[in-house]
Amino acid sequence: MALDQLSLVFGALADPTRRAILARLAGGDATVAELSGPFAMSQPAISKHLKVLENAGLISRSRRATARLSHLEARPMRDATDWLASYRQFWEASHERLDELLAELQNSNGEPDARDRDHR
Amino acid sequence: MPETEITAEPGTSQVVVSREFDAPRDLVFRCFTDPDLIPRWLGPRELTTRVEEYDLKDGGRYRYVHVDAEGNEYAFRGVFHGDPAPELTVQTFEFEGMPGHVALEAVTMTESGGRTRVRTLSSFQSVEDRDGIIASGMEVGVRDSDERLAELLTELR
Repeated sequence: MALDQLSLVFGALADPTRRAILARLAGGDATVAELSGPFAMSQPAISKHLKVLENAGLISRSRRATARLSHLEARPMRDATDWLASYRQFWEASHERLDELLAELQNSNGEPDARDRDHR
Repeated sequence: MPETEITAEPGTSQVVVSREFDAPRDLVFRCFTDPDLIPRWLGPRELTTRVEEYDLKDGGRYRYVHVDAEGNEYAFRGVFHGDPAPELTVQTFEFEGMPGHVALEAVTMTESGGRTRVRTLSSFQSVEDRDGIIASGMEVGVRDSDERLAELLTELR
């Protein structure tokens, strides 16, 4: 995925209402009326959010009779989670190892200065 | 269980990684700066880390290499700016796989009640640099992406 597209995805995900809409769409396609139901928000306001999600490629929209149906597109979301997940995983794994190392160093060194004989 | 907090605002060129450790600041600083200790924690367990240079002083250079199970090597290097100290260490950071895309890192450590919070602010040259380096330089031990998507969606609910 192009990086400007990634920025659009993150911009779209930054809003709690839009995240709630995506979570709803994970359960199946929905119309604007169905989506605005749980929110204290007008249908035009919801439509604006849907446009942002559509621009980011996170949803696609089709027609069912007179209603427009929104559909969750999983791919951009997957790319977005891939992007940060490997970085997060790298640091979480490192930090867990550092926790262990710190515990070990504190147990083995009764006196804080004892370390110097090993490394200086 | 302390959590690694990562903040990467969309459209900016910075990343902040923050984490608290149950240890005094001097000891945490030593783990970050002692070339014998760095390989014991930096990087996931499936990588081995080799510190080739670590000259902890104003203008000193560092270079380390991560080696994965297949023997692929990923080298990183940089230079310290100012005297490195627990309060503030400023250094450049470059993934040698993307030469010239150098980031500036500021590491601060604050101690409170025997615990130490480490905050690393990385400033890249552009949003594209940040996103590209994060996407390409850390591709290790990634879990199945569908599984992560499912987790994200659960989180969003």
